[in-house]
Order: sequence, then C-alpha cells, then structure tokens
Amino acid sequence: MTNVLINAPKTAKPGEIVEIKALILHPMETGFRPGTNGKIIPRNIIEHFVATWNGAEIFRMEMSPAIATNPFVSFFAVATESGTIGLRWTGDEGFLVEERVAIAVG
Amino acid sequence: MKIAQVAFGLASVFAATFALAQGAADKRRSGYQDMGEALQKMQDDDTANPGMLFVQLGEQLWSKPAGAANKACADCHASGSMKSVAARYPAIPKDADKPIDLEGRINLCRTANQRAEPLAPESRELLSLAAYVAFQSRGQPIAPPPDPRLGPFREQGGEIYRRRQGQLNLSCAICHDDNAGKKLAGVTIPEAHPTGYPIYRLEWQALGSLKRRLRNCLVGIRAEAYAYDAPEYVALESI
Amino acid sequence: MKIVIPSRADQIRAEARDLSWSLKGPSACGLRVTTMPVTTRRAFLAGATIVCVLPFGPARATPEAMAAAIKEVVGAGTIREGKVKLDLPPLVENGNTVPLTVSVESPMTPADHVKAIHVFNEKNPQPHVFSARLGPQNGRAVITTRIKLADSQKIIAIAETSTGQFFSASADVIVTLAACIEDVT
Repeated sequence: MTNVLINAPKTAKPGEIVEIKALILHPMETGFRPGTNGKIIPRNIIEHFVATWNGAEIFRMEMSPAIATNPFVSFFAVATESGTIGLRWTGDEGFLVEERVAIAVG
Repeated sequence: MKIAQVAFGLASVFAATFALAQGAADKRRSGYQDMGEALQKMQDDDTANPGMLFVQLGEQLWSKPAGAANKACADCHASGSMKSVAARYPAIPKDADKPIDLEGRINLCRTANQRAEPLAPESRELLSLAAYVAFQSRGQPIAPPPDPRLGPFREQGGEIYRRRQGQLNLSCAICHDDNAGKKLAGVTIPEAHPTGYPIYRLEWQALGSLKRRLRNCLVGIRAEAYAYDAPEYVALESI
Repeated sequence: MKIVIPSRADQIRAEARDLSWSLKGPSACGLRVTTMPVTTRRAFLAGATIVCVLPFGPARATPEAMAAAIKEVVGAGTIREGKVKLDLPPLVENGNTVPLTVSVESPMTPADHVKAIHVFNEKNPQPHVFSARLGPQNGRAVITTRIKLADSQKIIAIAETSTGQFFSASADVIVTLAACIEDVT
C-alpha cells in the first residue's frame, strides 16, 4: 500500500515561489546492513524522484542509500500556470509511485 | 498521570501542545524539550513527520471492512467519535477484571465486534490503527478513568518501576527519576513519560508501541524482557 | 546518467565472488566509459559511468573515496568556497534520520542559475548522499531532505552553476546513539 504525504499549496500567484514537500513510506534498505542471520539484507532504495509541473520536469533528485528511511524532500518551484504537479518515485524492486496534486495559479 | 513526551522519538500524537496542557506547578519535563531544534521542527510539521504516514494508513484501515461481520471500524464509530479515547487508556473493559492498553482494546473490538483475527502485536496495521485513534486525542493529558479497580495494577506498576532488574541491577527510577536531566553516554536521560505512543522512533525508523519501547529499556539494562502479553507492561503504563 | 553506487546486481555478484574487503576503500573499481549521448536533459554527470563493486560487510568510505566521487562530478573544474550553505545539526541524536538543508545563493535566472547540487559524505559505506538537478524554474536553490550518517563525519555540498562554476560548503556532524539500544549485539 503506497503511503505518501504531500504538502504543496493549492493556490499561488503567478511568479510566486512555492515550497513543495513530499514524504513517502519506504524502507530505504541500504544494502550494507547484516540481518539477524548475519547475511546482508539486500539493498532496496528509491533511486529517482522527479517532479513535474504540467508535464515539464521541474526537479529531479537521485537518491543513494544515504537517504533516510521514509524519504522526505522539500524543494521550491516558481508558480507558472494552473494545472498539476506530478511527483514520481522509482527504485529497486520495480518500485514506482506516482502522485498528482492540483494547483491553481492566478 | 503523565503529560510529557519520550525523547528521541517523533510523536505523531500528543505533539508540541503538551506545553499548553501543563500547568505552571507541574515541573515535569517532556523529552521533546531535549530534542535538537531540527528534530523538533520535523516533529511539529504534520506533513513532514514520518509518524503521520502511519496515522494516514490508520485512517485508511479505519474504513476497511474486516472479519466475519464484514464491518469497518467506521461503521460503528463515527468520525470524530474517537476524541479523548486514547487518553483514557489503560482501562478495564466491560466484563473484564484486568486493564488493557489501546492496542489491546483495538484487538478486542476486532475479535468481539468484527469477528476477525486479532492483529499481530507490533504489526503495521495494529500500530497504524492505534496511531490514528491516539491522534484523535492529540494534546490531551493522559487520564484513565478514576476506576478503583485500577489501584492494585497501578501499585504493581509502581513496584516494577522501582524494582532493580537485570545484569546492570538498575531500576527504571534510578535513571528516570533520580538522574533525569543528566547525561548517559552523551545523551540526556528523559523522565520517561509514556506519552506520544505509538511513537516513530528514529532508532527504529518505524512506528512502535510503548511495549516495544519498554522491552527496549529492559534489554538496555540487560534484563530479560517480559513476554509480549505480560501484564507488567500495562501495569507500568498505568502508573 | 548513473550515480556511482553499486546496484543490487553488483552486490549480488560481489557476494558470489566472495571478495575480501580492505579498509582503504573500494577495492575493485572499474572505470567504464560509455558513449552516452550527452543531452542536456539527461546527463549532468559527465558521460562516464563508474561501476564500483564495493565489497560487502562493514566497509567504510574514506575521505579518499569521497574525494574521488567529488572529482568525478567536478572533473577538472576548480571548487570555490562560498554561496553554498549547508545546514546540519552539529550534534545528532540519531544517525538514522538527520535533517539536512542545502541552500545556494543564486539569481536562478536562465542565464545564471544552479543546475545541480551534489552532497557527499566521508564515512558512510559509500560516498554519495544525493544529486539533484535544478533550473531557473525552481526560483530558489534550496533543498531539504533527511540523510543517514553512520558515524561522526564531514558532509560536503557542491553546487554546479549554469556558468560552469562549482561552489562548495562543508559541515562536521557529531553522531551519537541512544543509550539503551534495542538489539544487544
């Protein structure tokens, strides 16, 4: 079950710089930890986080095992036009989560 | 009755409003006050606090029908009806003679009313539901009902709290009463108030119950942790 | 565009070959240059990929590994101090989740903006923390995230501007652990 918390404003003035925060549930298993049986627990992380505004990429982050479990990202974007902010996380084990939030600019 | 918070955790419940709930004469200190500023900020922001992911999950589970009765929690408990419920626990349920904690109460509903299998202890589902229910009591002081039957259990809890245990021969009171505020291994010893549970603890990178934390403490003093369903945990929570 | 972290497949291959590990850092790194078309959208690391088959076990990156990772991003460019602010708590209660904010002074105009921010560490098992790609559409070159730190160490943030310049800042963090840990190991 995907579990995501997104904090983005619902409205903005044209040209306003808005903060977008996203938190997603994911173990971010580093691949360096031994389990209780002594064997290394295989790596399982989110590798890419991409944000788009009406389809155009506005932010991209490549994550490493050094990103904490349940990764949190906050970044800024200039509000240009009304539409949809898309957030996409992909990673190991075919992990893929996409979320959309609407924003009205005007 | 304790209102403050355990240190080094991100409490998704009973958050910063503790300060408002405390009266001027109450000298108890929340672990929140010993957290670094960056962590306090992380806890205070509901959209950045990882514990809230579990509250959200609990909210989803609340509406999911379960069991032979095919009922969801929401079918009997209207939204908003869980306010103050978590603050009343541990309490003795109807027709019982021993107190149970919030997770115990949720499982009681599952088996008796939903006719479903009880959720496994420390399972994500049980913790998320407990987090969701506890979230409805956010900011409120823990206040179990003035049930005289709770007396002996509270006494038992107090006795366990003051009892020396384990290879290190320490009691809870020695660190958390006598030495609270001082440092242990570079870390400030909290007063160990049981608020904010289920808590997102950075060490666990997940949500966990008070029982898990108490077992953590017992292992820390090199004592044998009681069995998971042992009454000692509820007794400790009651004091 | 690849980040220099061994993939799961690499780790499995390493386990199968039963590599011994050395404390001096990655013991088997091969430089593999791919002729990747360098499009402006896709490649902000220069078109060479390095596949490091890091040995498993409690291996630690070293300041040398971090320097190598930085060199790979910066190439022959000079790194200047300034413009970059790296916000990390100086003392961390738990290394599992450390809040980090990188902010870079920049007009963020199409002519002059931050196009990438890279963060590195010196004592985790591998030297990368994250790499982010930005542009004038961000308005502000400020990123906040949470990272894992295995030990007290230095963190370095490097900003790459559209004019081809590199700026950096570093922070030293002390990592402590809870007194009563859950697993008795």
